[in-house]
Amino acid sequence: MNIHARVRIAHPGFDLDVDLHLPGRGVSALFGVSGSGKTTCLRAIAGLERTSARVSGSDPGNYLDVNGAVWQDDAHGVFLPTHRRPLGYVFQEASLFAHLSVRENLEYGRKRAARDARSVDLPSVIDLLGIDAVLDRMPDRLSGGERQRVAIARALLTRPHLLLMDEPLAALDLARKQEILPYLQRLHDALEIPLIYVSHAPDEVAQLADHLVVLEQGRVLASGPLSETLARLDLPIRLGEDTGVVLEGAVAERDAHWHLARIAFSGDYPDLHVWVRDSGVPLGQRVRVRILARDISLALETHSDSSILNALPATVDQIAADTHPALALVRLNAGGVPLVARVTQRSAANLQLHPGQKLWAQIKAVALVG
Amino acid sequence: MDSLFTAADLSAIWLTVKLATVVTMILLLLGTPIAWWLARTRSAWKGPVGALVALPIVLPPTVLGFYLLVTLGPNGPIGQLTQALGLGVLPFTFAGLVVGSVIYSLPFVVQPLQNAFEAIGERPLEVAATLRASPLDAFFSVVLPLAKPGFLTATILGFAHTVGEFGVVLMIGGNIPEKTRVVSVQIYDHVEALEYTQAHWLSAGMVLFAFLVLLALYSLNPGRRRA
Repeated sequence: MNIHARVRIAHPGFDLDVDLHLPGRGVSALFGVSGSGKTTCLRAIAGLERTSARVSGSDPGNYLDVNGAVWQDDAHGVFLPTHRRPLGYVFQEASLFAHLSVRENLEYGRKRAARDARSVDLPSVIDLLGIDAVLDRMPDRLSGGERQRVAIARALLTRPHLLLMDEPLAALDLARKQEILPYLQRLHDALEIPLIYVSHAPDEVAQLADHLVVLEQGRVLASGPLSETLARLDLPIRLGEDTGVVLEGAVAERDAHWHLARIAFSGDYPDLHVWVRDSGVPLGQRVRVRILARDISLALETHSDSSILNALPATVDQIAADTHPALALVRLNAGGVPLVARVTQRSAANLQLHPGQKLWAQIKAVALVG
Repeated sequence: MDSLFTAADLSAIWLTVKLATVVTMILLLLGTPIAWWLARTRSAWKGPVGALVALPIVLPPTVLGFYLLVTLGPNGPIGQLTQALGLGVLPFTFAGLVVGSVIYSLPFVVQPLQNAFEAIGERPLEVAATLRASPLDAFFSVVLPLAKPGFLTATILGFAHTVGEFGVVLMIGGNIPEKTRVVSVQIYDHVEALEYTQAHWLSAGMVLFAFLVLLALYSLNPGRRRA
């Protein structure tokens, strides 16, 4: 089961041409700077954007298959209009109907989808997004964060087979973002359908995505599982200070005395772990940690006289130039776990870094992202 | 009442109200699709059609009335059509008055509706489509309620403008009691006959009516002042 989308759109001065294969479950992030075509691509998947006509009889044309259901196939003249596609769409800005209360907004799609959907559990969706207290309000009486939560609930209540989100947090300030992200994480864990999430914010991608697609100027630069794709050095992913990897592990131990939690990863050897601040996550829980390249330093030997808590034995995979000529990016393999370190070119020369070299990755900071 | 208005006055008032009501209803039915098309189309015809609809705003009513008289008359193309259909000719009938008034008041209904539809934009329709509403469903469940202030303005302006017309009525309707003699024509008659008292009562009534209409417009629709 997966999603196959071939989208071609030519506007004056902009040209989108992508061929995507995305997993049929979990969160796929379309990541790129503004103007990279990610929103246009999402709108085309929803049927909201007019796609280019075929240029010849041999041109396969635009095509969209969502877990076996064909929504568009230009070569066979198939095009489902948006209202016939079982999808949920969350727009970037508040899109609630101003003339309807929150409850009526929720009912709008639910009622119309009822014909072809299983019975939808209204209370559980209301609970999942924490909007019980605002049901009888009008949209203009809601905060920006509440509006987006209602919009997400409204989309879910149509029982979509595919959920599309276009930068749902972009119009919100940082505090509102922090308010919604936990709900999105709960959604990520509870959702049985695929979610395509458009974003230009690396922290959102780190927290939510399972699969990462990087778009630049209307083309796919990379598409693959999140940690693998983030660790690729050949990609000009302009993350800058945010360059780093996201790893998935489980809480293996909680040290009550030092208030630390041990996150274990499955790798080539046992006891592959990092310590993080204990935020109260229960034992056994799957979590994500994010390690930025600038927070990893490299040493040829392990030091017990250092304040650094986490040091992993690793092998140098690849060395590449960074955006600034003084810096280098080094991809490491720590027992099957990919890491990216940023060091100065001078240090790289001093340590005589080369692929295959064994050394220690000293990790200054690990962030628990979900 | 008898001292204020003559029987002819009352008949003119009743005819005016009837005309304005019928015309307003036709205008809303006709103006809504035109306004919708003008608000949403990217066609090159948008400009010409918009200008055509707006013509009555700038044309002297007599010009409009003259051409209507010619086209609807026994030798005009539409007159020949109505005769072939067994409808007779429209000039100097109530139906003719309705046709003339609809054309004359069209821009006063189309433009507020067009503005309202343009203000709503594409987004609510896209949202409705992602919530499984067909385009027609979305029009009735989303566009109509959101455009309510626009419809209110259009209704009031269409009605009031029809009540206030004179030139087109005179050209195409003439001055037939109980058929085409509306209030504005009746006032003209009174003045011609030097019945100034009667003219005063009707005129003062029109002034009051116009004031109340505008008052209603501005108090029901405060958004217009902000815009």
